[in-house]
Amino acid sequence: MLVSGAAWAQTPSAPATVDLPLPGGPDKRVITKAFPQKGPMILQRTRPPLLETPFEVFDRGVFTPNDAFYVRWHWAVIPTEIDVNTFRLSVRGHVDKELSLSLKEIVDGLPRVELAAVNQCSGNSRGFTEPRVAGAQWANGAMGNAKWMGVKLRDVLDRAGVKPGAVAVRFAGLDEPVVSDAPKFMKSLSLDHARDGEVMIAYAMNGEQLPLLNGFPLRLVVPGWYSTYWVKMLDRIEVLSAPDENFWTKNAYLIPDTPGADMKPGQAGVAMVPITKMVPRSFITNLRTSEPLKAGIKNLVRGIAFGGAAGVKSVELSTDGGATWLPTVLGRDEGKYSFRQWQAEVTPTVGDLALMVRCTNDDGLAQPMANNWNPSGFMHNGIETVRVKVV
Amino acid sequence: MKISMGAVSFAVPIVAGVVLALIGHPAVQLPPPSAATSASSATAPATGFALKSVSVELPASDVVFPGGAKADAIAANCLSCHSAGMVLTQPDLTKAAWTGIVEKMIHAYKAPVAEADVAAIVDYFQETRGAK
Repeated sequence: MLVSGAAWAQTPSAPATVDLPLPGGPDKRVITKAFPQKGPMILQRTRPPLLETPFEVFDRGVFTPNDAFYVRWHWAVIPTEIDVNTFRLSVRGHVDKELSLSLKEIVDGLPRVELAAVNQCSGNSRGFTEPRVAGAQWANGAMGNAKWMGVKLRDVLDRAGVKPGAVAVRFAGLDEPVVSDAPKFMKSLSLDHARDGEVMIAYAMNGEQLPLLNGFPLRLVVPGWYSTYWVKMLDRIEVLSAPDENFWTKNAYLIPDTPGADMKPGQAGVAMVPITKMVPRSFITNLRTSEPLKAGIKNLVRGIAFGGAAGVKSVELSTDGGATWLPTVLGRDEGKYSFRQWQAEVTPTVGDLALMVRCTNDDGLAQPMANNWNPSGFMHNGIETVRVKVV
Repeated sequence: MKISMGAVSFAVPIVAGVVLALIGHPAVQLPPPSAATSASSATAPATGFALKSVSVELPASDVVFPGGAKADAIAANCLSCHSAGMVLTQPDLTKAAWTGIVEKMIHAYKAPVAEADVAAIVDYFQETRGAK
Protein backbone atom coordinates (compact mmCIF):
# COMPACT_ATOMS: atom_id res chain seq x y z
CA MET A 1 0.00 0.00 0.00
CA LEU A 2 1.60 3.18 -1.09
CA VAL A 3 -0.58 6.14 -1.82
CA SER A 4 2.35 8.14 -3.04
CA GLY A 5 2.78 5.58 -5.77
CA ALA A 6 -0.72 6.11 -7.09
CA ALA A 7 -0.77 7.16 -10.69
CA TRP A 8 -2.27 10.46 -11.76
CA ALA A 9 -4.12 10.37 -15.01
CA GLN A 10 -5.14 13.44 -16.93
CA THR A 11 -6.82 13.91 -20.27
CA PRO A 12 -8.13 17.17 -21.68
CA SER A 13 -11.74 16.09 -21.25
CA ALA A 14 -11.60 14.37 -17.88
CA PRO A 15 -10.55 15.72 -14.50
CA ALA A 16 -7.32 14.45 -12.99
CA THR A 17 -7.90 11.48 -10.78
CA VAL A 18 -5.96 9.41 -8.31
CA ASP A 19 -6.40 5.75 -7.45
CA LEU A 20 -6.31 5.20 -3.71
CA PRO A 21 -5.37 1.57 -3.07
CA LEU A 22 -8.36 0.86 -0.82
CA PRO A 23 -9.09 -2.87 -0.50
CA GLY A 24 -12.18 -3.65 -2.55
CA GLY A 25 -12.55 -0.03 -3.74
CA PRO A 26 -14.04 2.18 -4.88
CA ASP A 27 -10.58 3.63 -5.39
CA LYS A 28 -10.92 6.45 -7.89
CA ARG A 29 -11.01 10.05 -6.64
CA VAL A 30 -10.95 13.35 -8.46
CA ILE A 31 -8.06 15.71 -7.85
CA THR A 32 -9.83 19.02 -7.31
CA LYS A 33 -8.55 22.57 -7.50
CA ALA A 34 -12.02 24.04 -6.94
CA PHE A 35 -11.73 24.88 -3.26
CA PRO A 36 -10.73 28.33 -2.03
CA GLN A 37 -7.21 28.80 -0.65
CA LYS A 38 -6.39 25.21 -1.64
CA GLY A 39 -4.18 23.72 -4.32
CA PRO A 40 -4.79 20.24 -5.76
CA MET A 41 -6.59 18.08 -3.21
CA ILE A 42 -8.09 14.60 -3.26
CA LEU A 43 -11.85 15.09 -3.36
CA GLN A 44 -13.54 12.79 -0.88
CA ARG A 45 -16.75 14.84 -0.63
CA THR A 46 -17.76 18.22 -2.02
CA ARG A 47 -20.37 19.25 0.54
CA PRO A 48 -19.59 19.54 3.36
CA PRO A 49 -15.99 19.40 2.19
CA LEU A 50 -13.76 16.41 2.82
CA LEU A 51 -10.43 17.09 1.10
CA GLU A 52 -7.44 14.80 1.48
CA THR A 53 -3.80 15.84 1.23
CA PRO A 54 -2.07 14.15 -1.74
CA PHE A 55 0.49 11.86 -0.14
CA GLU A 56 3.50 13.16 -2.06
CA VAL A 57 3.14 16.43 -0.13
CA PHE A 58 4.47 14.65 2.97
CA ASP A 59 7.82 14.08 1.26
CA ARG A 60 8.45 17.80 0.91
CA GLY A 61 9.14 18.58 4.55
CA VAL A 62 7.75 18.24 8.04
CA PHE A 63 5.33 21.15 7.75
CA THR A 64 2.27 20.63 5.59
CA PRO A 65 1.58 23.72 3.45
CA ASN A 66 -1.68 25.48 4.28
CA ASP A 67 -2.96 25.13 0.73
CA ALA A 68 -2.44 21.36 0.90
CA PHE A 69 -3.66 20.80 4.46
CA TYR A 70 -6.57 18.35 4.63
CA VAL A 71 -10.11 19.55 5.28
CA ARG A 72 -12.95 17.91 7.16
CA TRP A 73 -16.35 19.41 8.06
CA HIS A 74 -19.33 17.71 9.68
CA TRP A 75 -22.16 20.09 8.73
CA ALA A 76 -22.82 21.88 5.47
CA VAL A 77 -23.72 25.34 6.75
CA ILE A 78 -20.28 26.93 6.74
CA PRO A 79 -19.91 30.72 6.66
CA THR A 80 -18.05 31.83 3.55
CA GLU A 81 -17.48 35.39 4.72
CA ILE A 82 -15.69 36.31 7.92
CA ASP A 83 -15.26 39.97 8.86
CA VAL A 84 -12.30 40.28 11.18
CA ASN A 85 -13.67 43.52 12.64
CA THR A 86 -17.00 42.11 13.78
CA PHE A 87 -16.00 38.55 14.68
CA ARG A 88 -16.21 37.84 18.41
CA LEU A 89 -15.13 34.91 20.57
CA SER A 90 -17.46 34.51 23.54
CA VAL A 91 -16.57 32.93 26.86
CA ARG A 92 -19.61 32.07 28.93
CA GLY A 93 -20.96 29.70 31.53
CA HIS A 94 -19.38 29.00 34.91
CA VAL A 95 -17.16 32.10 34.91
CA ASP A 96 -16.86 35.27 36.96
CA LYS A 97 -17.10 37.55 33.95
CA GLU A 98 -18.47 36.67 30.52
CA LEU A 99 -16.24 37.79 27.67
CA SER A 100 -16.80 38.81 24.07
CA LEU A 101 -13.32 39.16 22.61
CA SER A 102 -12.46 40.78 19.30
CA LEU A 103 -9.69 39.31 17.19
CA LYS A 104 -7.57 42.37 17.94
CA GLU A 105 -7.98 41.81 21.67
CA ILE A 106 -6.87 38.20 21.22
CA VAL A 107 -3.96 38.85 18.87
CA ASP A 108 -2.60 42.01 20.49
CA GLY A 109 -3.87 41.63 24.05
CA LEU A 110 -2.67 38.21 25.10
CA PRO A 111 0.78 36.57 25.16
CA ARG A 112 1.58 34.82 21.89
CA VAL A 113 2.64 31.17 21.80
CA GLU A 114 3.85 28.91 19.02
CA LEU A 115 3.81 25.14 18.78
CA ALA A 116 4.39 22.60 16.03
CA ALA A 117 1.70 19.95 16.17
CA VAL A 118 0.18 17.23 14.04
CA ASN A 119 -3.52 17.49 13.34
CA GLN A 120 -4.92 14.10 12.38
CA CYS A 121 -8.49 13.01 11.76
CA SER A 122 -9.67 10.23 14.08
CA GLY A 123 -10.56 8.30 10.95
CA ASN A 124 -7.38 8.91 8.97
CA SER A 125 -6.64 5.75 6.91
CA ARG A 126 -10.18 4.43 7.53
CA GLY A 127 -10.28 3.23 3.92
CA PHE A 128 -7.65 0.59 4.77
CA THR A 129 -9.72 -0.88 7.62
CA GLU A 130 -10.61 -4.52 6.94
CA PRO A 131 -13.36 -5.53 6.98
CA ARG A 132 -14.30 -2.14 5.57
CA VAL A 133 -16.45 0.28 7.56
CA ALA A 134 -18.62 3.25 6.61
CA GLY A 135 -17.43 6.84 6.85
CA ALA A 136 -15.07 9.12 4.97
CA GLN A 137 -12.91 6.70 2.97
CA TRP A 138 -9.57 8.37 3.65
CA ALA A 139 -6.25 6.95 2.61
CA ASN A 140 -3.34 8.27 4.72
CA GLY A 141 -3.75 11.97 3.94
CA ALA A 142 -6.23 13.11 6.59
CA MET A 143 -3.34 14.48 8.61
CA GLY A 144 -1.02 17.44 8.55
CA ASN A 145 1.60 19.21 10.62
CA ALA A 146 1.76 22.96 11.14
CA LYS A 147 3.47 25.54 13.29
CA TRP A 148 0.47 26.94 15.13
CA MET A 149 0.53 30.46 16.54
CA GLY A 150 -2.01 31.84 18.94
CA VAL A 151 -2.79 32.25 22.61
CA LYS A 152 -3.05 29.81 25.47
CA LEU A 153 -6.59 28.73 26.20
CA ARG A 154 -5.64 29.05 29.87
CA ASP A 155 -4.94 32.76 29.44
CA VAL A 156 -8.40 33.30 27.95
CA LEU A 157 -10.07 31.28 30.70
CA ASP A 158 -8.14 33.16 33.38
CA ARG A 159 -9.31 36.45 31.92
CA ALA A 160 -12.92 35.28 32.35
CA GLY A 161 -12.19 33.75 35.75
CA VAL A 162 -13.27 30.12 36.09
CA LYS A 163 -15.60 29.67 39.06
CA PRO A 164 -15.05 26.91 41.63
CA GLY A 165 -17.00 23.80 40.68
CA ALA A 166 -16.27 24.00 36.96
CA VAL A 167 -15.41 20.60 35.49
CA ALA A 168 -15.22 20.96 31.71
CA VAL A 169 -14.93 23.46 28.89
CA ARG A 170 -16.99 23.13 25.72
CA PHE A 171 -16.09 24.55 22.33
CA ALA A 172 -18.18 25.33 19.25
CA GLY A 173 -17.72 27.18 16.00
CA LEU A 174 -19.66 29.08 13.36
CA ASP A 175 -20.67 26.01 11.36
CA GLU A 176 -24.28 24.84 11.71
CA PRO A 177 -26.25 21.75 10.74
CA VAL A 178 -28.59 21.99 7.76
CA VAL A 179 -31.44 20.54 9.81
CA SER A 180 -32.27 22.78 12.74
CA ASP A 181 -32.82 20.05 15.33
CA ALA A 182 -29.66 18.17 14.40
CA PRO A 183 -26.88 18.29 17.01
CA LYS A 184 -24.60 21.29 16.56
CA PHE A 185 -20.95 20.24 16.44
CA MET A 186 -19.38 20.80 19.87
CA LYS A 187 -16.56 19.15 21.77
CA SER A 188 -15.33 19.53 25.30
CA LEU A 189 -12.21 18.97 27.35
CA SER A 190 -11.84 18.48 31.09
CA LEU A 191 -11.07 21.74 32.90
CA ASP A 192 -7.61 20.48 33.84
CA HIS A 193 -6.80 19.66 30.23
CA ALA A 194 -8.18 22.99 29.03
CA ARG A 195 -5.94 24.78 31.54
CA ASP A 196 -2.77 22.74 30.92
CA GLY A 197 -1.02 25.61 29.13
CA GLU A 198 -0.57 23.59 25.93
CA VAL A 199 -4.09 23.76 24.54
CA MET A 200 -4.21 26.90 22.45
CA ILE A 201 -6.47 29.07 20.36
CA ALA A 202 -4.64 29.47 17.06
CA TYR A 203 -5.01 32.41 14.68
CA ALA A 204 -2.15 31.39 12.40
CA MET A 205 -0.65 28.26 10.93
CA ASN A 206 2.76 28.17 9.26
CA GLY A 207 3.04 31.93 9.69
CA GLU A 208 -0.20 32.86 7.92
CA GLN A 209 -3.82 33.21 8.88
CA LEU A 210 -5.73 29.93 8.63
CA PRO A 211 -7.43 29.04 5.35
CA LEU A 212 -11.18 29.41 5.87
CA LEU A 213 -11.65 25.67 5.40
CA ASN A 214 -9.11 24.96 8.16
CA GLY A 215 -11.05 27.10 10.62
CA PHE A 216 -10.37 30.79 10.00
CA PRO A 217 -10.18 32.92 12.03
CA LEU A 218 -9.66 30.83 15.19
CA ARG A 219 -9.11 27.16 15.77
CA LEU A 220 -8.61 25.20 18.94
CA VAL A 221 -5.30 23.30 18.98
CA VAL A 222 -5.19 20.27 21.27
CA PRO A 223 -1.63 18.93 20.93
CA GLY A 224 -1.38 15.15 20.82
CA TRP A 225 -5.14 14.63 20.58
CA TYR A 226 -7.17 13.72 17.51
CA SER A 227 -8.52 16.51 15.37
CA THR A 228 -12.13 16.07 16.45
CA TYR A 229 -11.22 18.26 19.44
CA TRP A 230 -9.59 20.96 17.30
CA VAL A 231 -12.80 22.96 16.83
CA LYS A 232 -12.70 25.15 13.72
CA MET A 233 -14.08 28.71 13.37
CA LEU A 234 -14.12 28.69 17.16
CA ASP A 235 -16.50 31.42 18.36
CA ARG A 236 -17.88 30.17 21.67
CA ILE A 237 -16.32 28.71 24.78
CA GLU A 238 -18.55 27.51 27.56
CA VAL A 239 -17.29 26.61 31.02
CA LEU A 240 -19.45 23.77 32.39
CA SER A 241 -20.22 22.88 36.00
CA ALA A 242 -21.35 19.37 35.01
CA PRO A 243 -19.97 16.83 32.54
CA ASP A 244 -20.78 17.54 28.89
CA GLU A 245 -23.75 15.46 27.72
CA ASN A 246 -23.85 16.77 24.15
CA PHE A 247 -24.08 14.25 21.31
CA TRP A 248 -20.63 14.85 19.84
CA THR A 249 -18.87 14.43 23.16
CA LYS A 250 -20.96 11.63 24.65
CA ASN A 251 -22.20 9.58 21.70
CA ALA A 252 -19.89 10.24 18.77
CA TYR A 253 -16.18 9.61 18.23
CA LEU A 254 -16.22 6.55 20.51
CA ILE A 255 -13.62 3.78 20.44
CA PRO A 256 -13.52 0.41 22.17
CA ASP A 257 -11.94 0.72 25.62
CA THR A 258 -9.30 -1.86 24.68
CA PRO A 259 -5.55 -1.71 23.91
CA GLY A 260 -5.13 -0.01 20.53
CA ALA A 261 -8.91 0.51 20.24
CA ASP A 262 -9.04 -2.98 18.78
CA MET A 263 -11.97 -5.40 18.78
CA LYS A 264 -13.42 -8.13 16.60
CA PRO A 265 -16.09 -7.30 14.04
CA GLY A 266 -19.43 -8.08 15.63
CA GLN A 267 -17.94 -8.55 19.10
CA ALA A 268 -20.62 -7.82 21.70
CA GLY A 269 -20.37 -6.15 25.08
CA VAL A 270 -17.36 -3.95 24.36
CA ALA A 271 -17.25 -0.79 26.49
CA MET A 272 -16.94 2.33 24.33
CA VAL A 273 -15.14 5.52 25.39
CA PRO A 274 -14.33 8.84 23.67
CA ILE A 275 -11.24 8.85 21.47
CA THR A 276 -8.50 11.06 22.97
CA LYS A 277 -4.72 10.79 22.47
CA MET A 278 -3.08 9.98 19.19
CA VAL A 279 -0.78 6.99 18.81
CA PRO A 280 2.53 6.76 16.92
CA ARG A 281 2.69 6.43 13.15
CA SER A 282 5.38 6.45 10.49
CA PHE A 283 5.44 6.50 6.71
CA ILE A 284 7.88 6.06 3.86
CA THR A 285 7.38 9.10 1.64
CA ASN A 286 10.01 8.96 -1.11
CA LEU A 287 9.44 5.57 -2.73
CA ARG A 288 6.90 4.74 -5.40
CA THR A 289 5.86 1.23 -6.27
CA SER A 290 6.26 2.15 -9.92
CA GLU A 291 9.90 3.21 -9.45
CA PRO A 292 12.25 0.28 -8.75
CA LEU A 293 15.30 0.57 -6.51
CA LYS A 294 18.76 -0.20 -7.81
CA ALA A 295 20.47 -3.37 -6.61
CA GLY A 296 23.91 -3.26 -5.04
CA ILE A 297 24.05 0.47 -4.35
CA LYS A 298 22.82 2.66 -1.55
CA ASN A 299 19.21 3.77 -1.98
CA LEU A 300 17.87 6.55 0.23
CA VAL A 301 14.66 5.73 2.08
CA ARG A 302 13.02 8.66 3.76
CA GLY A 303 9.79 9.51 5.50
CA ILE A 304 7.96 11.10 8.36
CA ALA A 305 6.89 9.90 11.77
CA PHE A 306 5.04 11.25 14.74
CA GLY A 307 4.72 9.97 18.27
CA GLY A 308 1.11 10.93 18.89
CA ALA A 309 0.82 12.23 22.44
CA ALA A 310 4.60 11.96 23.02
CA GLY A 311 7.71 12.67 20.97
CA VAL A 312 9.36 10.34 18.48
CA LYS A 313 11.90 8.16 20.29
CA SER A 314 12.93 6.07 17.31
CA VAL A 315 12.00 5.06 13.81
CA GLU A 316 13.16 1.67 12.60
CA LEU A 317 13.15 -0.05 9.25
CA SER A 318 12.74 -3.73 8.47
CA THR A 319 13.43 -5.49 5.19
CA ASP A 320 12.67 -9.00 6.43
CA GLY A 321 9.00 -8.84 7.29
CA GLY A 322 9.57 -7.45 10.77
CA ALA A 323 11.97 -10.15 12.01
CA THR A 324 14.75 -7.62 12.55
CA TRP A 325 14.66 -3.85 12.83
CA LEU A 326 17.41 -1.40 12.05
CA PRO A 327 17.70 2.18 13.22
CA THR A 328 17.18 5.23 11.02
CA VAL A 329 18.52 8.75 11.42
CA LEU A 330 16.02 11.26 12.77
CA GLY A 331 15.79 14.76 11.34
CA ARG A 332 15.51 18.04 13.19
CA ASP A 333 13.31 17.98 16.28
CA GLU A 334 10.53 20.55 15.83
CA GLY A 335 8.86 19.57 19.09
CA LYS A 336 7.28 16.48 20.52
CA TYR A 337 3.92 16.93 18.78
CA SER A 338 5.41 17.54 15.32
CA PHE A 339 6.12 15.31 12.37
CA ARG A 340 9.75 14.29 12.36
CA GLN A 341 11.67 13.28 9.29
CA TRP A 342 13.73 10.10 9.28
CA GLN A 343 15.97 8.52 6.70
CA ALA A 344 18.18 5.54 6.06
CA GLU A 345 20.05 3.95 3.18
CA VAL A 346 19.40 0.45 1.96
CA THR A 347 21.60 -1.59 -0.34
CA PRO A 348 19.24 -4.24 -1.64
CA THR A 349 19.71 -7.30 -3.84
CA VAL A 350 17.68 -7.98 -6.97
CA GLY A 351 14.10 -9.09 -6.37
CA ASP A 352 11.02 -8.00 -4.50
CA LEU A 353 11.58 -5.83 -1.46
CA ALA A 354 9.09 -5.09 1.30
CA LEU A 355 10.12 -2.17 3.47
CA MET A 356 8.40 -1.79 6.83
CA VAL A 357 8.69 1.24 9.08
CA ARG A 358 7.92 1.46 12.80
CA CYS A 359 7.81 4.42 15.16
CA THR A 360 8.21 4.14 18.92
CA ASN A 361 7.31 7.19 20.99
CA ASP A 362 8.88 8.59 24.15
CA ASP A 363 6.28 6.77 26.25
CA GLY A 364 7.62 3.49 24.85
CA LEU A 365 4.51 2.95 22.71
CA ALA A 366 5.33 1.33 19.37
CA GLN A 367 3.20 0.81 16.28
CA PRO A 368 1.64 -2.68 16.18
CA MET A 369 2.29 -5.11 13.32
CA ALA A 370 -1.40 -5.55 12.61
CA ASN A 371 -3.99 -2.83 12.16
CA ASN A 372 -6.80 -2.54 14.64
CA TRP A 373 -10.49 -2.88 13.83
CA ASN A 374 -13.41 -0.98 15.32
CA PRO A 375 -16.79 -0.02 13.83
CA SER A 376 -15.73 3.56 13.04
CA GLY A 377 -12.27 2.83 11.67
CA PHE A 378 -10.63 5.08 14.26
CA MET A 379 -7.02 5.15 15.51
CA HIS A 380 -5.51 3.21 12.62
CA ASN A 381 -1.74 2.94 13.20
CA GLY A 382 -0.40 -0.43 12.11
CA ILE A 383 3.10 -0.64 10.67
CA GLU A 384 3.11 0.45 7.03
CA THR A 385 4.71 -1.70 4.34
CA VAL A 386 5.92 -0.45 0.97
CA ARG A 387 6.66 -3.04 -1.72
CA VAL A 388 9.12 -2.18 -4.46
CA LYS A 389 11.07 -4.03 -7.13
CA VAL A 390 14.85 -4.05 -7.01
CA VAL A 391 16.57 -4.28 -10.39
CA MET B 1 20.70 -6.41 2.55
CA LYS B 2 22.42 -3.56 4.24
CA ILE B 3 20.93 -0.59 5.95
CA SER B 4 23.30 2.11 6.93
CA MET B 5 22.81 5.21 8.96
CA GLY B 6 24.76 8.35 9.49
CA ALA B 7 25.99 8.72 5.94
CA VAL B 8 23.40 11.34 5.19
CA SER B 9 23.14 14.37 7.38
CA PHE B 10 19.89 16.19 7.98
CA ALA B 11 21.82 19.10 9.38
CA VAL B 12 23.34 19.97 6.03
CA PRO B 13 20.60 20.10 3.41
CA ILE B 14 23.15 20.39 0.60
CA VAL B 15 24.53 16.95 1.40
CA ALA B 16 21.03 15.47 1.32
CA GLY B 17 20.46 17.25 -1.96
CA VAL B 18 23.53 15.66 -3.51
CA VAL B 19 22.51 12.21 -2.39
CA LEU B 20 19.03 12.77 -3.78
CA ALA B 21 20.41 13.95 -7.07
CA LEU B 22 22.52 10.81 -7.31
CA ILE B 23 19.52 8.57 -7.06
CA GLY B 24 17.53 10.67 -9.44
CA HIS B 25 14.89 11.81 -7.01
CA PRO B 26 13.08 15.02 -7.92
CA ALA B 27 14.19 18.15 -6.16
CA VAL B 28 13.17 18.31 -2.56
CA GLN B 29 11.43 21.37 -1.31
CA LEU B 30 12.67 22.18 2.15
CA PRO B 31 10.17 22.88 4.92
CA PRO B 32 9.01 26.49 5.13
CA PRO B 33 11.22 28.56 7.41
CA SER B 34 9.80 28.50 10.88
CA ALA B 35 8.92 31.72 12.65
CA ALA B 36 10.55 30.51 15.84
CA THR B 37 13.60 28.37 16.34
CA SER B 38 12.41 26.99 19.66
CA ALA B 39 11.00 23.53 19.39
CA SER B 40 8.62 24.05 22.26
CA SER B 41 5.88 26.51 22.96
CA ALA B 42 7.40 29.86 23.83
CA THR B 43 5.98 33.22 24.62
CA ALA B 44 6.94 35.83 22.09
CA PRO B 45 6.28 39.56 22.11
CA ALA B 46 2.96 40.41 20.55
CA THR B 47 3.97 42.42 17.56
CA GLY B 48 1.44 43.07 14.85
CA PHE B 49 -0.01 40.00 13.28
CA ALA B 50 -2.80 41.33 11.12
CA LEU B 51 -5.75 39.17 10.18
CA LYS B 52 -7.61 40.01 6.99
CA SER B 53 -11.30 39.46 6.31
CA VAL B 54 -12.08 36.56 4.03
CA SER B 55 -14.81 36.00 1.49
CA VAL B 56 -14.80 32.78 -0.52
CA GLU B 57 -17.09 30.60 -2.56
CA LEU B 58 -17.44 26.91 -1.99
CA PRO B 59 -18.04 24.76 -5.05
CA ALA B 60 -21.25 22.81 -5.57
CA SER B 61 -21.20 19.17 -6.57
CA ASP B 62 -22.49 18.13 -9.97
CA VAL B 63 -22.34 14.43 -9.14
CA VAL B 64 -25.70 12.69 -9.36
CA PHE B 65 -26.73 9.27 -8.09
CA PRO B 66 -26.70 6.85 -11.02
CA GLY B 67 -29.55 4.42 -11.53
CA GLY B 68 -32.40 6.49 -12.88
CA ALA B 69 -35.68 6.14 -11.01
CA LYS B 70 -34.11 3.78 -8.49
CA ALA B 71 -32.14 6.77 -7.19
CA ASP B 72 -35.19 9.00 -6.73
CA ALA B 73 -35.59 8.26 -3.03
CA ILE B 74 -31.93 8.77 -2.10
CA ALA B 75 -31.70 11.91 -4.24
CA ALA B 76 -34.85 13.38 -2.68
CA ASN B 77 -33.88 12.67 0.93
CA CYS B 78 -30.10 12.72 1.29
CA LEU B 79 -28.66 15.54 -0.80
CA SER B 80 -29.77 18.40 1.45
CA CYS B 81 -27.11 17.48 4.02
CA HIS B 82 -24.34 16.01 1.84
CA SER B 83 -23.33 15.60 -1.76
CA ALA B 84 -23.61 12.26 -3.55
CA GLY B 85 -19.86 11.65 -3.41
CA MET B 86 -20.18 10.69 0.26
CA VAL B 87 -22.25 7.69 -0.74
CA LEU B 88 -20.48 6.80 -3.97
CA THR B 89 -17.08 6.48 -2.26
CA GLN B 90 -18.35 4.01 0.33
CA PRO B 91 -17.23 0.37 0.26
CA ASP B 92 -19.59 -2.55 -0.23
CA LEU B 93 -21.43 -3.23 3.04
CA THR B 94 -24.11 -5.67 4.16
CA LYS B 95 -27.79 -4.79 4.05
CA ALA B 96 -27.80 -4.78 7.86
CA ALA B 97 -24.96 -2.25 7.86
CA TRP B 98 -26.72 -0.03 5.31
CA THR B 99 -29.95 -0.19 7.31
CA GLY B 100 -28.01 0.87 10.40
CA ILE B 101 -26.48 3.81 8.55
CA VAL B 102 -29.87 5.05 7.33
CA GLU B 103 -31.26 4.71 10.86
CA LYS B 104 -28.28 6.64 12.24
CA MET B 105 -28.83 9.46 9.75
CA ILE B 106 -32.48 9.68 10.79
CA HIS B 107 -32.16 9.31 14.55
CA ALA B 108 -28.72 10.70 15.43
CA TYR B 109 -28.39 13.34 12.72
CA LYS B 110 -32.12 14.13 12.35
CA ALA B 111 -32.18 13.62 8.60
CA PRO B 112 -35.77 14.35 7.50
CA VAL B 113 -36.17 11.12 5.56
CA ALA B 114 -39.73 10.16 4.63
CA GLU B 115 -40.60 6.89 6.35
CA ALA B 116 -41.97 5.56 3.06
CA ASP B 117 -38.59 6.11 1.38
CA VAL B 118 -36.40 4.23 3.88
CA ALA B 119 -36.80 0.86 2.19
CA ALA B 120 -36.03 2.32 -1.26
CA ILE B 121 -32.88 3.99 0.07
CA VAL B 122 -31.65 0.78 1.70
CA ASP B 123 -32.43 -1.11 -1.51
CA TYR B 124 -30.40 1.41 -3.49
CA PHE B 125 -27.41 0.90 -1.20
CA GLN B 126 -27.83 -2.84 -1.39
CA GLU B 127 -27.86 -2.72 -5.17
CA THR B 128 -25.00 -0.25 -5.70
CA ARG B 129 -22.83 -0.91 -2.64
CA GLY B 130 -24.06 -4.23 -1.28
CA ALA B 131 -21.53 -6.73 0.02
CA LYS B 132 -21.29 -9.50 -2.54
